[in-house]
Amino acid sequence: MVDKKEIEKIRIEKKNWQENCYNPLVKKKPGRKKKFENLSSNEIKSLYTPEDISHLSYLKDIGFPGEFPFLRGVYPTMHRGQLWTMRQFAGFGSAEETNERYKYLLEHGETGLSVAFDYPTLYGYDTDHPLSRGEFGKCGVAISSLKDMEILFSDIPIDKVTTSMTINGPAPIVWGFYIANAENRGISKDIIGGTIQNDILKEYIAQKSYIFPPEPSMRLIVDTFEYGSKYVPRWNTISISGYHIREAGSTAVQELAFTVGDGVEYVKWAMERGLNIDDFAPRLSFFFNAHNDFFEEIAKYRAARRIWAKELKKLGAKKTRSMLMRFHTQTAGCSLTAQQPEINIVRVALQGLAAVLGGTQSLHTNSMDEALALPSEKAVRIALRTQQIIAEESGVTDAIDPLGGSYYIEWLTDEMEEQTYKYWDRVEKLGGVLPAIEKGFYQREIAQAAYKYQKEIDDKKRTIVGVNDYQLDEEIDIPILKMDEKGEERQINRLKKLRKDRNKQKYERNLEKLRKAAEGDENTMPHILDCVHSYATLGETCRVLRDVFGEYEEPAIF
Amino acid sequence: MKDIAKKVLDGDPRSIARLITLAENNNPIATNAMKDIHPHTGNAHVIGITGVMGSGKSTLICELTRLYRKQGRTVGVIAIDPTSPFSGGALLGDRVRMMELAMDEGVFIRSMGTRGMLGGLTSAVYDVVEILDASGKDVVIVETVGVGQAEVDVIKIADTTLVIIVPGLGDSIQTLKAGVMEIADIYVVNKADRSGVEQAIAEVESLVDITCSGKERKTPVLSTIAKQSKGIDKLLNEINNHKKHLEKTKEFEKQRRLRYEAELVEIIRKRLMNFIFDESKFKGKIEDLLDQIRKKKKDPYTAASEILGKILK
Amino acid sequence: MVDRKVRVLVAKPGLDGHDRGAKIVARALRDAGMEVIYTGLHQTAEMIVEAAVQEDVDVVGLSLLSGAHMTLFVDVAKLLKQKGMSDVLVVGGGIIPEGDVSKLKEEGISAVFGPGTHCDEIVDYIIKNVKR
Repeated sequence: MVDKKEIEKIRIEKKNWQENCYNPLVKKKPGRKKKFENLSSNEIKSLYTPEDISHLSYLKDIGFPGEFPFLRGVYPTMHRGQLWTMRQFAGFGSAEETNERYKYLLEHGETGLSVAFDYPTLYGYDTDHPLSRGEFGKCGVAISSLKDMEILFSDIPIDKVTTSMTINGPAPIVWGFYIANAENRGISKDIIGGTIQNDILKEYIAQKSYIFPPEPSMRLIVDTFEYGSKYVPRWNTISISGYHIREAGSTAVQELAFTVGDGVEYVKWAMERGLNIDDFAPRLSFFFNAHNDFFEEIAKYRAARRIWAKELKKLGAKKTRSMLMRFHTQTAGCSLTAQQPEINIVRVALQGLAAVLGGTQSLHTNSMDEALALPSEKAVRIALRTQQIIAEESGVTDAIDPLGGSYYIEWLTDEMEEQTYKYWDRVEKLGGVLPAIEKGFYQREIAQAAYKYQKEIDDKKRTIVGVNDYQLDEEIDIPILKMDEKGEERQINRLKKLRKDRNKQKYERNLEKLRKAAEGDENTMPHILDCVHSYATLGETCRVLRDVFGEYEEPAIF
Repeated sequence: MKDIAKKVLDGDPRSIARLITLAENNNPIATNAMKDIHPHTGNAHVIGITGVMGSGKSTLICELTRLYRKQGRTVGVIAIDPTSPFSGGALLGDRVRMMELAMDEGVFIRSMGTRGMLGGLTSAVYDVVEILDASGKDVVIVETVGVGQAEVDVIKIADTTLVIIVPGLGDSIQTLKAGVMEIADIYVVNKADRSGVEQAIAEVESLVDITCSGKERKTPVLSTIAKQSKGIDKLLNEINNHKKHLEKTKEFEKQRRLRYEAELVEIIRKRLMNFIFDESKFKGKIEDLLDQIRKKKKDPYTAASEILGKILK
Repeated sequence: MVDRKVRVLVAKPGLDGHDRGAKIVARALRDAGMEVIYTGLHQTAEMIVEAAVQEDVDVVGLSLLSGAHMTLFVDVAKLLKQKGMSDVLVVGGGIIPEGDVSKLKEEGISAVFGPGTHCDEIVDYIIKNVKR
């Protein structure tokens, strides 16, 4: 960027500064640490200068927001034109209770909805299934049928507000519930907007809420791409996620490499089926974590955008919209502490800020009590206010990509991109993404990183305020969310009534048609919608798919 | 304590498990119980399964067990994983792959660490095989550590030894030292849906041609896809064929004598080590000798003679 | 020479798939010289207790982050008691509100290790409290 003579001068002067200013002081008073390493174990120097980024060309490598390679942002105006969507992940107990919480959040200024489902729902079991014992509504809302979806969104303008649903194994069915509910309310499916997470690769790698084995799961996902691009054009049929990979213990570089790698894999599978890349790529979205190392996170988002754009171009994308890495961010759940929970508010503020400076399109900020339970009303309100303060009071949205050009940030962005490609080489050598999953490559990398991190904390090489330093012996006294105890019973009764009232022949016939489609290679979505409309439950529909595809069992990898 | 032996013979899972623990820990209670159960052993078909990590041993065992169960036979599985030489602890994760057998009364799965033994087995494995045998299991499967190199000990304990190979693990034959490859009574090329399977089978078959020339029985080479339950029935057949072959040719006798010899040696070794390193009258003496050896005042051979001299008197 | 090792079953009851903590604890226990049997995910109480019987464990460690602990941990403790295995130490970890801990202790779960627990604390507790 700068001319070679100038760079050489800077290099010499920095050496002088190091030898004459920095080192003597360190000799007298040793630094706080011998080595400064970020969370990906990259060593961070004391100072970055133009020399560190002299290999970069502004126009080629950095560019302008809204233009290839989109390093500085996916849209020309970014947050000046439109703030990120404030989208708080929420759900607990029965549909009635969660509906109340959604109304509360919308009232207090959130601009998009996000559904958390309970474990039985995530695994495609109805509330009355034996494996659902004890799990109803505990970590999300229980949705077993179209009826529940109707209640969940009752009195909520789903034609005006978008909804993100964190569902993976049974994603096509739950999407079916949402579409069917909209249609029943007279809202056409070509105007509803939202996202289904629908990212099965990261389930095998990290979150573990898979149902079927990899090949049939990928098939279902491409079915949704195909269906969505034709009939539900405003819907993001996938949210390719790094959040969970990070939560499972990976480093930031691993999160970046594995997630974007998964994304490329989905594109390849869809193209293999014959879909035109420019028809489905614009509706692929991403989901990242916002963890503690402020600058590393910002560099990560920027690198992600540039890598994605380059890869999509390589794969033949022609439309700008196909190359945009649009992403949602959630602040790191695993960084929250149960000790001194109020200080989590500070952690979340910093993490949220990093996401904004990194150019996120949508953000969820965690509540302070989430290391203890699901968020109380007060806690989630504070979390929402955190975003509003960043948006309205901090001024960080005035200039787009304000940290662009920082020697440290540009160097780190580049470094993370380089390390991503190194990881991709290793995956290639193992035969590709699915073979690498089967061989346990990702799982081993993550387990190793998680163990290393914990050891650093246990050995006090890494400080977690309130946990291994600055501790306080206190009774934790914050209001914990209590759920309606009658919720489960109500849900089970609702299921009983639904099974009694529906047209048995219609429902059985539709399930049979779905089975045939699943056994062949017809797109399953239209049949899933028919099942949903005839009030087949989640569990019943999933059982058909379980019979046809089988269930996945993972090896134990430490 | 005659009680525990009787309960084991009755097939009580808790007692079986308890006795295994006592035997593993070299508890004298176990010694007495083992005396009582020995007359009731010798009925189970003992199958040893070895192969490198990633060859799918656990999945294959799960499939074999399922098939045995369908045929109404009961199975004991001993799954061995390496004990850390540094901490003495072990992560035993083989059970995970056999989850679907978890609630079957006719299946008993025990995970064990090698506890310092080389050769891929634990020194207590002889006892555990006898315990499962005496408790009425028709088949006892011993799954060894997937180290690949020093797996040879398994042939001493097993009636039928399976060596599992996987195509595409580099040069799968070359990666296994010559000694390991020759121990097989049956070769299994698992994950046969991977590329390179024909080559792997051909390599093994040519090895078989060399090692079995002039012998009565030619070691069969089978291919399986354990994850998809393919090839398991053929494998079971060959295992049964091998047992028949052993019985017909009286190889069975030889095989069993090998096992008991190894077991006897192991028991003697443990007793001896026990005696030397734990008896208080010797403990000080050992420390003394070690000092002298370090200071080059004595050599290890002389020291050994001194100790053994005291015992053999 | 009685070569006794502490045997621990690390189990994930119910549908919760978050195994980061369970795996880290398993490794820490291994590093402390224990033999750790990991059950894998999606275990019912029956499966966990059956494994505990066959593996003759000294300790059963239950990890759960989904909120279903009052049902599932108690199921395991009750079933162990029924099988006459009250000498097995039962401990738990995960996301368990303070208020539930005392109730769990009444049902036979001797200790609960929440977020932020140092691995050494778990190791020390087990060594001190193993009943057999």
